[in-house]
Amino acid sequence: MEFSELFFESLGTLTLNKMRTGLATLGIIIGIGSVIALISLGQASQKSVQNQIQSLGSNLLTIMPGAQRAGNVRSATGTSTSLTYDDAKAIVASAQITTVKNVSPEYSRRAQVVAGRNNTNTQILGATPVYAEVRKVSVSSGSFITQRDVDVSDKVAVLGPQVVSDLFGDGANPLGQNIRINGQSFRIVGITTSKGGTGFQNQDDIVIVPLTTAQKIIFGATNLTSISIEAKSAEVMTQAQDQIGYFLLARHHLSDPTSADFSILSQNDILSTASSITSTFTALLSGIAAISLIVGGIGIMNIMLVTVTERTREVGLRKALGAKKKVITYQFLLESLILTGAGGILGMILGVLASLIIAHFIGLPFTISASSIALAIGVSGMIGVLFGWYPANKAANLQPIEALRYE
Amino acid sequence: METMALDGVSFAVSQGEFVAIMGPSGSGKSTLMHILGALDTPTSGIYVLDGEDVSKLNDDELADIRNKKIGFVFQAYNLLPRITALKNVMIPMSYGGISKEERLKKAKEYLKMVGLADRMDHTSNQLSGGEQQRVAIARALSMQPKIILADEPTGNLATVQGLEIMEIFKKLNKEGHTIVMITHESNIAKFAKRTITLRDGKIAQDVSNSKEEK
Repeated sequence: MEFSELFFESLGTLTLNKMRTGLATLGIIIGIGSVIALISLGQASQKSVQNQIQSLGSNLLTIMPGAQRAGNVRSATGTSTSLTYDDAKAIVASAQITTVKNVSPEYSRRAQVVAGRNNTNTQILGATPVYAEVRKVSVSSGSFITQRDVDVSDKVAVLGPQVVSDLFGDGANPLGQNIRINGQSFRIVGITTSKGGTGFQNQDDIVIVPLTTAQKIIFGATNLTSISIEAKSAEVMTQAQDQIGYFLLARHHLSDPTSADFSILSQNDILSTASSITSTFTALLSGIAAISLIVGGIGIMNIMLVTVTERTREVGLRKALGAKKKVITYQFLLESLILTGAGGILGMILGVLASLIIAHFIGLPFTISASSIALAIGVSGMIGVLFGWYPANKAANLQPIEALRYE
Repeated sequence: METMALDGVSFAVSQGEFVAIMGPSGSGKSTLMHILGALDTPTSGIYVLDGEDVSKLNDDELADIRNKKIGFVFQAYNLLPRITALKNVMIPMSYGGISKEERLKKAKEYLKMVGLADRMDHTSNQLSGGEQQRVAIARALSMQPKIILADEPTGNLATVQGLEIMEIFKKLNKEGHTIVMITHESNIAKFAKRTITLRDGKIAQDVSNSKEEK
């Protein structure tokens, strides 16, 4: 018997009991669909998190001042415990540090910003021109903070698009207008391009002013809240971290690394932590979906066993008329393969549609990998063979005499 | 102690014979039928069909013998219910490796022979009992077997239809087909040329009908 004949015969048998065939397939459809949807969503959220972290800048190291110590035993407070603009300048000037490309000293605090009758509480960031390069910030209109602004502590501000819409309404272009920060008037010189992030901190809800202006005029501080550093390449991140660490320890007159009054965060650390969290979730959810797939497979086996029992007389007759074991085995195996194969394909479509819709509604990038499609097809085929084998063999080993007598 | 369904049964059927096997229930006719039909093998003794000892063959070899050398006609017709008469007749040929065109041609030919030319595309549950049994005969003929084995072929049929079936068998026998038929009705057995009567697993009587009738 040719394969195509066997195939159409199996297909014919399956269409006889459409309800049962449909329900048996549904188990596989749901199983495969949920595996694909969850893998795809997992990958999408991983990608989205990575994009957000990378949009903060590439090869980024952030130096943060150490936690304030309790106890007041310390002799020289101030300069040695905090990061300063001088620390940042020294890193740039140092001959020991060879792996650093850009150094961006930053002073950041929240404050109330007023424009006319509107006001908003937002992040005020004191920065130097390097900031734009390190954090990959560009302006959609106007210009960024210049070195001259920093040198003379000019009262100019670059606004994030979120702040613009909060203070001036959507789509407004307030370039050249004034805002008030802590009672001081600032002229708007630029508006940054939207980064669209929602994650760790909204990059669009920010007002950037010259570093010295933030320190001296707005907040009256002398320290920095962070120094962002762009390493020369991804490969030298660890080296850069070490070089800066030892350099700052020496500069702050600390001999023991454990007593450091600063910490250096690598973007890679954040990235890998975030990735490992999302991939753990993806694995967990796919695991749950895989269970439903196994349940679906057992459903197929159950239906196939019922089918074999129901068709005992048919099997007996076929054997009496000369069907060999192999033919009977193939016939039933093919039926379960058609069930799971159809379930796999429909489940794949369902999964892709589901992830497309979910991705659309929660604003994730839609990704579908060839590997998850291959997985769906492979797994459903495997389930067909695995769970169809036992019933098929049972049918093939029926004795024609008993099978013919079966009522 | 083992009970023997058949004990010391020995007989030969020559080509072109029409043999009826009779006997009360429990006489061993079913067991004999299974062995003759290569559906089962004897625990001891031999069964030679068309010059080949089939008593020691394995399942798949037996399947091949059944396919190529034996045509079955069962009491309950045993057609597949949801497929057409034509497709039912083609089943043994599909297992026998006969090409699609050939199968269709032969199936039509044999259905015509049993008088069902206008019923070929009916599914079996649209056919009457007598018609179904005729499809079964066409199916039995399809592989041009050495022997046609009929197990109570008229058992489920009304008298008139039963007699029609017997007329077909008679005609087939005249054309040279070898037929072995199991029955418990003596008026059906009369259609055969020879009657073997079994009792308690042994041959009680083996007579030629044609002589008696004349």
